Amino acid sequence: MKDLLDDECSVIVQDLTVAYKEKPVLWDIDLKIPKGVLLAIVGPNGAGKTTLLRSIMGLIKPAAGNVSIFGQSIKKQKNTIGYMPQRGSVDWDFPTDALDVVMMGRYGHLGWFRRPTKADKKLALDALDRVGMLDFSDRQLNQLSGGQQQRVFLARALVQDADLYFMDEPFVGVDAVTEQAIIGLLKELRNQSKTVVVVHHDLQTLSDYFDWVSLLNVRQIAYGPVKDVLTNENLRTTYGGRRAFLMANQPFVD
Amino acid sequence: MGIEQLYIIILACIVAASCSLCGVYLILRRLALISDAISHSVLLGIVCAFFLVHDLNSPILILGATITGVFMVFLTELLISSKRLKKDASIGLVFPLFFSVSILLINLFAGDIHLDQDAVLLGEIAFTPFRLLSLWGLNLGPVSLWVMGGILLLNIGFVLGFYKELKLCTFDRGLAAMLGFFPTYIHYALMSLVSVTAVGAFESVGAILVVALMIVPPASAYLLSRRLSHMIGLSVLFGILSSLLGYFMAFYINVSIAGSMAVMTGVLFGFVFIFSPSQGVLIKFLRYHKQRLRFSANMLLIQLFDHEGTDTEKTENTFSNLVIHMKWSYRFANTVVAYALQHGFINRVDDYLSLTSLGREKARHVSVMDT
Ligand SMILES: Nc1ncnc2c1ncn2[C@@H]1O[C@H](COP(=O)(O)OP(=O)(O)OP(=O)(O)O)[C@@H](O)[C@H]1O
Ligand SMILES: [Mg+2]
Repeated sequence: MKDLLDDECSVIVQDLTVAYKEKPVLWDIDLKIPKGVLLAIVGPNGAGKTTLLRSIMGLIKPAAGNVSIFGQSIKKQKNTIGYMPQRGSVDWDFPTDALDVVMMGRYGHLGWFRRPTKADKKLALDALDRVGMLDFSDRQLNQLSGGQQQRVFLARALVQDADLYFMDEPFVGVDAVTEQAIIGLLKELRNQSKTVVVVHHDLQTLSDYFDWVSLLNVRQIAYGPVKDVLTNENLRTTYGGRRAFLMANQPFVD
Repeated sequence: MGIEQLYIIILACIVAASCSLCGVYLILRRLALISDAISHSVLLGIVCAFFLVHDLNSPILILGATITGVFMVFLTELLISSKRLKKDASIGLVFPLFFSVSILLINLFAGDIHLDQDAVLLGEIAFTPFRLLSLWGLNLGPVSLWVMGGILLLNIGFVLGFYKELKLCTFDRGLAAMLGFFPTYIHYALMSLVSVTAVGAFESVGAILVVALMIVPPASAYLLSRRLSHMIGLSVLFGILSSLLGYFMAFYINVSIAGSMAVMTGVLFGFVFIFSPSQGVLIKFLRYHKQRLRFSANMLLIQLFDHEGTDTEKTENTFSNLVIHMKWSYRFANTVVAYALQHGFINRVDDYLSLTSLGREKARHVSVMDT
């Protein structure tokens, strides 16, 4: 893997260590994410994937280390980041509908006190259209199926009109058609030279969907273009003995 | 109606509207218990501030009370973040302490202080018209009306001004933090507002009934609303309605005004709970029965259809057979048959039932859908 120059990178993470109590859940992570790639973060449950995303976005204060985004601190870059949270981090019974949720993606651009305009509404409707949810725009949030809710949150991330996207498990609980639709949209973003970072669990689809991958389990086990990183050796280190079970009939060619 | 009564009614409406406004966010944030805690804790602030200034009407009292309210919230959150105690336990631990200390202080210094325990618990809205505000010899009406009016404006300003920010911070705290809307500050601003409102309402309705006004109208509105804006509007409406109804009830059966207001919030909630068009108990009951009836009628049509033109038709397709075969009660069988007759699906000659052409069509349609 050749060394990346700093200004080729959207995100640079140096020596990042995060602990919730005493025990570190992320240990000494270094990560240089080039611009315009689809990057997967892969690792077992509790590996610290969500924590990594949240620390990069400045939602968790790290115990040590540095994060810079497009060469600046996160505070200056909040409108260049789009975020799709892992399921279950919002209040599903809140009195709101799909369109309203997508509009929230515009709030960052609006800033304090300004109300969404017609133009924002149009952007939100366009985004709902792109994820195939236009017909559900006035549907109450808790009356949507799990996959439909995922699409709404994807639309909300899209409408943030960011250069860098973080998506926490966007494929969980969606059917194959939705998964294809979502990955299609993500590739489209990548082709517009935006950077998309996705927490992903399915090793089978990894090399089809993604350009780069970070294998994580508290420490970063391996990082780089998918074809260089996805080795049996690396996966075994990441998942411990469990990988043998996960990938039993899918031998990898190194 | 005298001017005093009018003052009381207006004040009751203002109190209810203010409480409902901040209460909406307590319900949405699942912080109903916090209103209880705050309304009890502010008493400590009032008592302490009173020792400082020796004047029950001083604005310092409101300030002191607000500070203790927010301080109490801060303490509970400290306890929660220690991860040793759950949220409800932490809240339940802190506020009785604040409240009991203030009751002790009142007891100890009862001679100096014109706060008696009944007033603390139940308020004395009936006395409000007698404390008038006069400036430069001009009579400006009751003091409480001015204070509470100011608090209502504060609530309206906060809820409208920070509409979008409050909504985002309540719905998705993570995104709010990422977009730089400081959810923690918004949280404490809201808690301060709840404290100020509790202090203001305290004088009129007391520490316990404040809770009813903050929680019950928004809870009723929640049952009916699909949008935040509707919930806010409805909740203010329910608040005002409860105070009007409560006032007149108190007037006619000669009981506590504050008590009646609180009872009315509960009555309205019960009403909404039963009659709500989308989630009400009644509508669910009716819907269930209608579905059951429709389903049973379809079963009847299929039964008639299956045996139509067979040897056993004359015995199978009879009313008496339905009761045995379908295990329906005589009354329910009657209802189902009446339903089918009314929709023109069947004909009935004494005991014998036969399909009309419409009924045959329907039976065919239903059995196709089923397989
Ligand atoms: N708020 C918290 N307080 C304390 N510990 C936490 C907190 N959030 C996460 N953890 C711990 O940190 C570790 C990493 O959690 P994280 O949510 O980042 O995992 P993850 O890789 O996203 O897992 P998953 O695949 O299940 O989403 C876990 O061991 C978890 O128990
Ligand atoms: Mg996670």
